[in-house]
Amino acid sequence: MRILRPATQFATIAQQGEVAHLGIWVFLATEIMFFGALIFTYVTYRHLHPVDFAAAAAHTELWCGTVNAVLLLTSSLTMVLGIDACTAGRRRIAVRWLAATILLGLGFLGVKSYEYVADYHEQVVPALNFIFRHGEHPPAELFWVFYFIATLLHAVHMTIGLGLVLYMTYRVCRGDFTRFYRAPLEVVGLYWSFVDTVWIFLFPMLYLNGRS
Amino acid sequence: MTSFADTAALPKNYLNERWSVRSWLLTTDHKRIALLYFASITMFFFIGGFAATLIRLHLVVPSGGLLQPDTYNRMFTMHGVVMVWFFLIPSIPATLGNFLVPLMIGARDLAFPRINLASWYVFNVSGAMVLLALFMGGIDSGWTFYTPLSTTYTNGYVTLALLAVFINGFSTLMTALNFVVTVHKMRAPGMSWFRLPLFIWALYATSIVMLLATPVLAMTVLLVALERMAGVGIFDPALGGDPLLFQHMFWFYSHPAVYIMILPAMGVISEVIPCFARKPVFGYAGMTYALMAIAVIGFLVWGHHMFTAGISVFSAVVFSLMSFLVAVPSAIKVFNWTATLHKGRISFQAPMLYALGFIGLFTVGGLTGLIVATAALDIHLQDTYFVIAHFHYVMVGGAVSAFFAGLHYWWPKITGRLYHEIWAQIAAGLMFLGFNLTFFPQFILGYLGMPRRYYTYAPEWQVWNVLSSAGASILAVAYLMPLFYLSWSLFRAERAAPNPWRATGLEWQTTSPPAEDNFSRTPTVTEGPYEYNSSTGGCVAQNGALYE
Amino acid sequence: MWIPLWPASSAISGNVINALFTAELVVCVLILALVFGLIWVFCIRYRHSTTVDRGHPSQRSWVFEIGWTSATLVAFLVLFVWGANAYVWLYEPPRADLELYVVGKQWMWEIEHPGGQREINALHVPNGKIVRLVMASQDVIHSFFIPAFRMKHDVVPGQLETMWFQPTQTGTYRLECTEFCGTEHAHMTGEVIVMTPAAYAEWLSNQGADKTLAAQGEQLFRNYGCSGCHGVNSTVHAPSLVGLYGSLVHLNDGTTVRADERYIRDSILLPRSQVVAGFAPVMPSFSGQISEADTLKILAYIQSLNPSGNAP
Repeated sequence: MRILRPATQFATIAQQGEVAHLGIWVFLATEIMFFGALIFTYVTYRHLHPVDFAAAAAHTELWCGTVNAVLLLTSSLTMVLGIDACTAGRRRIAVRWLAATILLGLGFLGVKSYEYVADYHEQVVPALNFIFRHGEHPPAELFWVFYFIATLLHAVHMTIGLGLVLYMTYRVCRGDFTRFYRAPLEVVGLYWSFVDTVWIFLFPMLYLNGRS
Repeated sequence: MTSFADTAALPKNYLNERWSVRSWLLTTDHKRIALLYFASITMFFFIGGFAATLIRLHLVVPSGGLLQPDTYNRMFTMHGVVMVWFFLIPSIPATLGNFLVPLMIGARDLAFPRINLASWYVFNVSGAMVLLALFMGGIDSGWTFYTPLSTTYTNGYVTLALLAVFINGFSTLMTALNFVVTVHKMRAPGMSWFRLPLFIWALYATSIVMLLATPVLAMTVLLVALERMAGVGIFDPALGGDPLLFQHMFWFYSHPAVYIMILPAMGVISEVIPCFARKPVFGYAGMTYALMAIAVIGFLVWGHHMFTAGISVFSAVVFSLMSFLVAVPSAIKVFNWTATLHKGRISFQAPMLYALGFIGLFTVGGLTGLIVATAALDIHLQDTYFVIAHFHYVMVGGAVSAFFAGLHYWWPKITGRLYHEIWAQIAAGLMFLGFNLTFFPQFILGYLGMPRRYYTYAPEWQVWNVLSSAGASILAVAYLMPLFYLSWSLFRAERAAPNPWRATGLEWQTTSPPAEDNFSRTPTVTEGPYEYNSSTGGCVAQNGALYE
Repeated sequence: MWIPLWPASSAISGNVINALFTAELVVCVLILALVFGLIWVFCIRYRHSTTVDRGHPSQRSWVFEIGWTSATLVAFLVLFVWGANAYVWLYEPPRADLELYVVGKQWMWEIEHPGGQREINALHVPNGKIVRLVMASQDVIHSFFIPAFRMKHDVVPGQLETMWFQPTQTGTYRLECTEFCGTEHAHMTGEVIVMTPAAYAEWLSNQGADKTLAAQGEQLFRNYGCSGCHGVNSTVHAPSLVGLYGSLVHLNDGTTVRADERYIRDSILLPRSQVVAGFAPVMPSFSGQISEADTLKILAYIQSLNPSGNAP
């Protein structure tokens, strides 16, 4: 059995865990402000050009966005189940749930990649391959600019999250976590849930615009 | 006289415990990281100062002539970018803050030492990027990067500079995250929230502002950089974009940014004044509420940079009201510092001289801030030298004076040496004089109507410009002097005792310089932060130690 | 009365601002004197070598703290109300005697009088009249500043700005750009020449302008094809422009807006952002096709279509 010793600046392992938890929540607050600023800008422009934005959004691949939402929400579930299993000391089950999380996340990225290629062929990629359809005005390109910035940033965060979950899977395998201390795993779980939450905002904002 | 041989014979402290370059560049000791930061920001201070020197030399003559117009424009842009992001914002938090936060609360290190080291490297990467942008040809958009000038009409290295600012933001966020978590979770036994020194409260408030504001700047500069790189129109009117939206987002960060610069300074002053007046700070609770109030209300005033930009009259009036309200807690702090002096036992070493200078200069800056917060007056004064004078009074007369106050106050603790007191007092006096001569004429220039960012100006304004430039030369001397006598003290000066100022903080209850893990045994706190006795001149330290 | 260092002001706005500035200056000096005075007194009286009575020093005093907080708050609120009042008055243009059109571009100011007279970096106006400026930018953000009038307004591309002043004294005054706009920002200056109304009328007639702004605008209205849909004989269902300027317009999203300069400009350049109720969003955008100067001329023409010929 591994003996867990806290880092030198901490008095107890429990303190180390508390610090990790507070740290991730503070970090997530900064992420909320970061994505929040982007969402605020998008909402402002959508309010100024409602018709153009709705018309442009009609060309997003709705099924891609929906499938991705399902995949991501499910992955949050599998992540939590993995942490639960780890807490209960059931290492093998935990690894399986974490692996499922990774697979679902990879699925998300796969669908996203397919979607980007489809967008390219649809000619809605600003600066690379964009045409105005009949009756479309410049704000339509603005919609697509936001679409790509938002989804690309989200994808970057997802990729980082996948790396972290992979690393946590390895550590769970190695037996680093017990019911007394599993703070790093919970921290990654919180991060993963945040990435999921961002998609919950982006999906209606980008895909359901004008489709109600 | 001491020498390196003597140094090696000293008890182990964080400076002499390890000697290799690797032990410095890969350190996780918050004290060493503070010194690494100190080296970086000092370099940037002199780069920004060099730009200012060229500007003031150029403006001695109305027709200019020292610099070409494009070069002049790049100079004031460089001055702003470097001074704001690479000197003022990191100065007190990343140097004094990194060094003192664990010591003042009785901890061994910060919560995340490796993130602390990473933040210094990220800072340097962003610094290298901005220096590259400057030396490759410079940026000519002003430090405010207003669109569409910065997106479509400038031909400098704006994109590189914007990405540098983006990355610099991560450094700030890492430091702020560290401070918030450390103060919450790593205080020594007995160190309750209301026994925390005001410097800690100030850094805590600063960190909250950093955490919430910096990501908005990150998104804003990212959007502008993308607009430049991809040729898409996010803030471009032709594509349905809105230049005013950029201003709103930029100032939503940049106004809290000025509170990021001044709150730590206020924290330093709140440490220095009680110690040199031998008296507890007046109204401790009020001071903590004032700090938090400034942090919160500071998020609600950004529109006062846009009174003439075309925002609605209603929103302008609201922003003006909020701007007046944010001045109230600042006023409370000034009154409390003044009241602390009443019935004190005051001595006038350099830290105290800088602190008293701070109160005067900050008050002038703050009061002139009221003038520009008055929306009607701002119609006349916006974008004139009046605004320049106002913000230099608070940022340079205020924050930089406080930085020097803190540097001198904690110099014995950081280096284990005493600086030369007379030279330091002369430098403090010269700085006060030089500063006022530089910037007071600019208030007059502003009301007369001289605009900002003009490389040439009407001849009848020359006398004020000459006075200002003369003051700048005195100020330059005052800034260079510490470089000499402080460096000299590292090798030649007397060694410092653990508590040469007989102060009450926990940082003074350990050796000067401290050992690598700060305290031989975790201290227990039994006293409040400022138990000074002005009748006797003595005090009780926070761990109970008595000084007669 | 001559005050040292005090710049002269020559417009009604100047008087308002001077009074307010003086008052605030006095308040600042008083507060500063109080703080400085107390610091000096305390530092001298309580320096470490003196033996004055230091017994019972106060560490907090609710009376003092609430006292100076309230006093500060009251003083600040008084100044705020005064300033806000003045700001509203200064930035909400009254009914104007004369309306001029300004285009700012790197790095000059182009001014057009309704009679078609043009000037560069100069602005001739009659004394004592309320002058209203309608301003546009061709490229980046500029700012139109007349220090002697204590008035400025930014000129932001993509929207129209308005500003007003009423000169009180003839003379020549400095005009400056005060929003950094590139290399020659410092040379984007000019003169405002205030003349007696008679001299102004004479100056106007000597400018050799052939067509009024509205007439030039009518020409452009036809050239760009606007009359094809909005003209009297058009078969296309498009809103009538007669009497439009200044009237209330009902939009298809249920809201109502006033058809001011900005509305008209946005209708030309971003027609789908505000569609009139009962009409289809079929108007093409002229964004990027019409210069700011031409847009202002078309605006002048549409303004002239009001039966009374005046702004409401």
